[in-house]
Amino acid sequence: MNLNELTIEKAHQGLKKREFSSVELTETVLDRIKKRNKDINAYLTISEELALSQARKADKIIANGDKIGPLAGIPLAVKDAILVEGVRCTAASKILESYVAPYDATVIKKLRKAGAVFVGKTNLDEFTMGASGERSAFGPTKNPYDLDRVPGGSSSGSAAAVADNQCLAALGTDTGGSIRQPSSFCGVVGLKPTYGRVSRFGLIAHASSLDQIGPMAKTVEDARLLFNAIKGKDENDSTSVEYGDKEEMIDIKNLKIGVPKEYFVEGIDPEVERIVKEAITQYEKLGAKITEVSLPHTQYAVPCYYIIVPAEASANLARYDGIRYGLSEQSKDLLSGYLKTRQRGFGDEVRRRIMVGTYVLSAGYYDAYYLKAQKVRTLIKRDFDSAFEKNDVLMTPVSPTPAFKIGEKTDNPLAMYLADIYTVSLNLAGVPGLSLPCGKTASEGLPVGLQIIGRHFDEEKIFQVAEIYRQSKNN
Amino acid sequence: MVKLTKKEVEHVAKLARLGLAEKEKEKFSNELSVILDFVEKLNEVKTDKVEPTAQVTGLENVYRQDKGRERAKQGTDKLLGLTPETENRYVKVKAVL
Repeated sequence: MNLNELTIEKAHQGLKKREFSSVELTETVLDRIKKRNKDINAYLTISEELALSQARKADKIIANGDKIGPLAGIPLAVKDAILVEGVRCTAASKILESYVAPYDATVIKKLRKAGAVFVGKTNLDEFTMGASGERSAFGPTKNPYDLDRVPGGSSSGSAAAVADNQCLAALGTDTGGSIRQPSSFCGVVGLKPTYGRVSRFGLIAHASSLDQIGPMAKTVEDARLLFNAIKGKDENDSTSVEYGDKEEMIDIKNLKIGVPKEYFVEGIDPEVERIVKEAITQYEKLGAKITEVSLPHTQYAVPCYYIIVPAEASANLARYDGIRYGLSEQSKDLLSGYLKTRQRGFGDEVRRRIMVGTYVLSAGYYDAYYLKAQKVRTLIKRDFDSAFEKNDVLMTPVSPTPAFKIGEKTDNPLAMYLADIYTVSLNLAGVPGLSLPCGKTASEGLPVGLQIIGRHFDEEKIFQVAEIYRQSKNN
Repeated sequence: MVKLTKKEVEHVAKLARLGLAEKEKEKFSNELSVILDFVEKLNEVKTDKVEPTAQVTGLENVYRQDKGRERAKQGTDKLLGLTPETENRYVKVKAVL
């Protein structure tokens, strides 16, 4: 086995026992990236110098015989919407093509302290707006399982990099499914944490009431390690919260799993349905109690999301004005400078969202669209509250289909929006969800993910539930 | 069916400070109409007595001391270094009026 194929856990053991150094591990990962990036396009920036200096630092600590934490010397990838000081951060947009981050995001600060190694910044749909990775201004990322297919999005590069062993694990971000759906398409483990569990400071904002940073990894245990390293309250993000995880271990025999019937309706790929149902049956065999539940407002989640998100995005993206940083087009006056800069700098989907958002917030339409959507959001959240009254976790598919073909949905914005149909509700309700690889389609061999949904702050329970499945499959 | 006219697209684009090519106005008029038509689906839901949600974890009014934080000159230099046009360590903007 090559070093770049290791999990965080295994690599940590190897580093500790000095079977190899962090520099060797990091070089193997960098070689893999260089070999594969022209085909997969998972990385927009490779931060080789930074990575090797971090690796040398970790090796020095190990050589001194000092104790190291689980992430010390571990090569990680970072979605290019998260700021790493001194490294270019583009959000896959022309408007930030030559923007160099002037400070670290809080999650990056924490990972630096933990001794992690940053090998590069991964591709994404521009400003995290997309479900396929095709809306990057710097070319689409390809799915390592089939180069004619999308890796999902918007954390396309992070998912592909983890699946293709171009890093040991990665950070992604999720506003409506952008960690979970690409994790499902690429067969990796991805967690969208509870809203507020991870600081958003230093994350390029898309829709601030929904955005969360989370881990993407090869195993459940790796995702947990990374999550535990980045979570916590941060004075720079007033929506972040501190929460003490309970230490108790769950007993599968007492576990109550709800299965929302609205997630298994017309439109779901029959193979996806079969594979996800088999995974749920596996839990039943292990002793969990399975109950059908209803989340009656599910069908309204996507329309609700596509009012709230563009509204928030239109406000957030007003900052790209060509005056303080980023692309700046020369012009005779202030207004035409704004118009030209934002026309040249933003791609079509970004401009669509800014215009929809501006429209639904404009005078005379606010109540009919934005306020209405916020009220429907309340009903969607209540659906989850009542489903969790009698169930510990909920299980659904992550996506109605496996990875689709490149180009299949690019001409139809609405078709792309519907790719998020099983994931957006969680962001609206703020609850955490994990994508767990649970099988591959028989026809094409494409990965399928099971979505495990928990109550607010129940990430630890989700990890344990996911781990039970893995262990039962290994035995 | 909501139909966003070319004129409305021009108006919204100007509010949002987005330049549009003539060809794009037609395209966006169609695409935005389809999206707005789709989200109209929410009108099926009765929400008369429902409170709106903007914050999901129950936080309210998070306060901090009303004190400015000192920034090292090095940090300010970094920010100014990203600015397209400066003069005497000020960000330079074209005349508003």
